[in-house]
Amino acid sequence: MAEPSDAVDPVSGPITPAANDERPGARIGARPALFLFWLALLAIPLFGANDYVISLGVSFLINLILIASLNVLIGYCGQISLGHAGFYGLGAYSAGILSAKLGVNPWAGLPAACVVSALAALVIGIPALRLKGHYLAMATLGFNAILSVLFDQLVPWTGGPNGLLGVKPLTLGNFALNSQARVFPLIWLCAGLVMLALLNLIQSRIGRAIRAIATSEIAAGSLGIDAFRHKLIVFVLTAGMAGLAGSLYVESNLYASPESFGFSLSILLVAMVALGGWGRYAGAIPGALIYTAAPEVLRTFQDAQLLIFGAGMIAVLLFFPTGLAGAADAVARIWQRSRR
Amino acid sequence: MSAGSASATALQLLFAGVGNGAIYALIALGFNVIFKSTGALNFAQGEWVMLGGMIAAAVAAHADVWLGCLVAVVIVAAVGFLSERLIVAPLKRPTPMLITLLSIGLAISTKSVVMLALGKDPAGYPGFSGDAVLSIFGARVPAQTLWIIGITLAFIVMAHAFFERTILGKSLRAVAADREAASLVGINVRHSVMWSFVIGALAGGIAGTIITPLTFTSYDQGGLIGFKGFSAAMLGGIGNLYGALVGGIVLGLLETMAAGYISSHFKDAVAFIVLLTILFALPSGLLGRSEAERV
Repeated sequence: MAEPSDAVDPVSGPITPAANDERPGARIGARPALFLFWLALLAIPLFGANDYVISLGVSFLINLILIASLNVLIGYCGQISLGHAGFYGLGAYSAGILSAKLGVNPWAGLPAACVVSALAALVIGIPALRLKGHYLAMATLGFNAILSVLFDQLVPWTGGPNGLLGVKPLTLGNFALNSQARVFPLIWLCAGLVMLALLNLIQSRIGRAIRAIATSEIAAGSLGIDAFRHKLIVFVLTAGMAGLAGSLYVESNLYASPESFGFSLSILLVAMVALGGWGRYAGAIPGALIYTAAPEVLRTFQDAQLLIFGAGMIAVLLFFPTGLAGAADAVARIWQRSRR
Repeated sequence: MSAGSASATALQLLFAGVGNGAIYALIALGFNVIFKSTGALNFAQGEWVMLGGMIAAAVAAHADVWLGCLVAVVIVAAVGFLSERLIVAPLKRPTPMLITLLSIGLAISTKSVVMLALGKDPAGYPGFSGDAVLSIFGARVPAQTLWIIGITLAFIVMAHAFFERTILGKSLRAVAADREAASLVGINVRHSVMWSFVIGALAGGIAGTIITPLTFTSYDQGGLIGFKGFSAAMLGGIGNLYGALVGGIVLGLLETMAAGYISSHFKDAVAFIVLLTILFALPSGLLGRSEAERV
């Protein structure tokens, strides 16, 4: 099915699309549009948007953290994780249990959630990433399945199927961040910091190394790049970010329930990474926008919304294998050529 | 509990475990065939199982159960064929990652078409010997469980003969072994991908039609069973035909024994913990050879 030159090793498999937006020195200044977009998001609660719009904004930012971090793992590192929702849930329950059951200051939940999810990723990543192939997919899938059972069954800690209640809101002095509008700026700030951290990561030495590994592990190895170590670093960091997203989720909803973190969400997140543009830094933005808006926009189609969504995903990938961000690049290129 | 009833319970769990395991083995086999030819993980595999059960139930409501199952298996194989022709064949650069991601879209679409066409209600039909339950040394075993084990074994034997004895089967193995070398000796590599989708869908469709009398099915059941099949494939050593059989049965037994002896609430957790432990101890699976490479 492939031309000989396209033939890829079926075991090590994935070859990332040429990520052409990593020009040396392309720092924040080179992305004014993205930076302005992020600043503009802060206007949502400031200009008296209603609660519905604010809660969509909160979902968008949390989804952005999830999809952007998973995108770095899949798109740059060439590793599929089927447990991103598990790390997200682990973060949510860690922060929630600390606050609701152990009475710890809710602010401690944010770093604790990152650390717990990152440690879990370390435990899974060390055996799974030593092997080439789809071991990480298998291990994370199993991990997510185990977590789903634990969230559901450890009733004294998690509240079981009824969900975790009694999570305390974050407070600044006497000001409680107890509504979506009040917690929005914090989530906005965290999302911005995560995006900045990911940008720095992919432009750093580690970022160059993981792109080299994804292109050819043998060639990268011959240059002295330790594939295992670099994959592990990226996996642990991105899982920690998913944990942070989980703690933000639980602090904005003051509630968590097991079905929010099942493996079907893990699959949907992979789908959003693909749709937005895997291996494109900006790809997480259309991915998170679609994931947040599609259920609202397609609501009028009722039962058909799933079909529209699935068929749309196939169509985008057939015509633009690098997703919507790839499509935008193609349009931009044609536009530039026509102006010349 | 007397010694007699304890051994009857153990035997009953053994049959149930092997029965479930046979289903996982069929799904794992389908998974493996497509993995071998494309290098991709096929997320639609579980949806094909669900599709088989749903179509068989729809036809069996108006006709004979056997006819329903036959129609279902033929339609699912045709869906596999069309999926490959419409989605994989047109790709200019069919990388494993792209095919994997496309198969997620395919899974979502398949699931939603079933929901729209056949409804959201769970569907089922009587077993091939009605609802007969046999008594074997005191253990109560549904006759359908024996049908499942028998049909799975027959399918694996046929698959073995196909891959060992027929030109088409041998050419599929050649492509799986070395795509470039296969195309150099005149094998049409693109056709082999098409056939692998047909065989994968066939295995999924058969699994769906034989398990549904015991478990019922509904449009949203595909994902879970697909992942059990993927786990079985990994456990047996991905890409290995007989590994699929062993992996499936080990997983089925693990799950049933965990549910029977430890806790039905924690059965998935126990099964996956054991599975991950085995996988990390034996990275190439129970029967795998050198597929897993340490790096």
